[in-house]
Amino acid sequence: MTAPAAYGPALDLVTRVRGVRGAMLVSGEDGIVVAEQLMEGIKGGAVAALAASLAARLRRAIDAAGVGPTLFWHLQCDKGGLLVVPTPSGVLIVAVAEPDVNVGLVRLELLRAAEAVG
Amino acid sequence: MTTRAVEAWTLEPLVKFVKEAGARLVLVMTSAGQVMAQHGFSRAVDVMSAAALGAAIIASTDEIARQLSQPPFAALNHQGQRHGIFLGSVITGRGKLVVLAVYDLDTSSLGLVQLFFEQLTGDLQAASPKEGVSKQVLAADFERELSDSLNTLFGR
Repeated sequence: MTAPAAYGPALDLVTRVRGVRGAMLVSGEDGIVVAEQLMEGIKGGAVAALAASLAARLRRAIDAAGVGPTLFWHLQCDKGGLLVVPTPSGVLIVAVAEPDVNVGLVRLELLRAAEAVG
Repeated sequence: MTTRAVEAWTLEPLVKFVKEAGARLVLVMTSAGQVMAQHGFSRAVDVMSAAALGAAIIASTDEIARQLSQPPFAALNHQGQRHGIFLGSVITGRGKLVVLAVYDLDTSSLGLVQLFFEQLTGDLQAASPKEGVSKQVLAADFERELSDSLNTLFGR
């Protein structure tokens, strides 16, 4: 995994996309925030814990389905969405976005951030 | 798994915490190790040991913090291979309470336990009786108090 100094630039890749309200690196195993760049009002700790819990359950479902490892998931909600890319080291790159965000672009930047984090 | 409380006001917050954090075992006790509520324990001897050890750990960490001229540590987590052990304290109308939670790493995480522990502290503070501190347990009453508490906690 890359040194913590690279975490800021990795999150910058995601947060510079218009409509992204924040991005976080979350320890997938613990559900704890490793690094974050969030707009005011987003409860980083809560999002991290619940996203990691959801990721663990999704991973089990996907394992059971036998369709290979998760590359990207997008949880679309009324007033926005949650977009997540897991890295091989177990860190999750999480983006909190507005409803009209360009999902394709966020996905691309999340994948690039995941590559940078390792 | 059963959840039981010696003091009824602790029951609802504890049930909610267990459900949301996915904790396997939980003890709510005073800083002296007197158990107020428990979830998941099946033997009285385990409750007594866990309460004594949990209270001792909190006392030790409080003393370390004091020696370092720091406020007491907010919480303590030990992560094993399959289980995690979380210890935290909360100030309520009944004084300082200690919460010990054991969680499976397969079904829960430190983040979840921390998140819902924050909610538990708020719920316990809101539910705790505002007047009167629980009476001191005298050495002479200790055995009887302990037996009564264990009987309540295990539904005897």
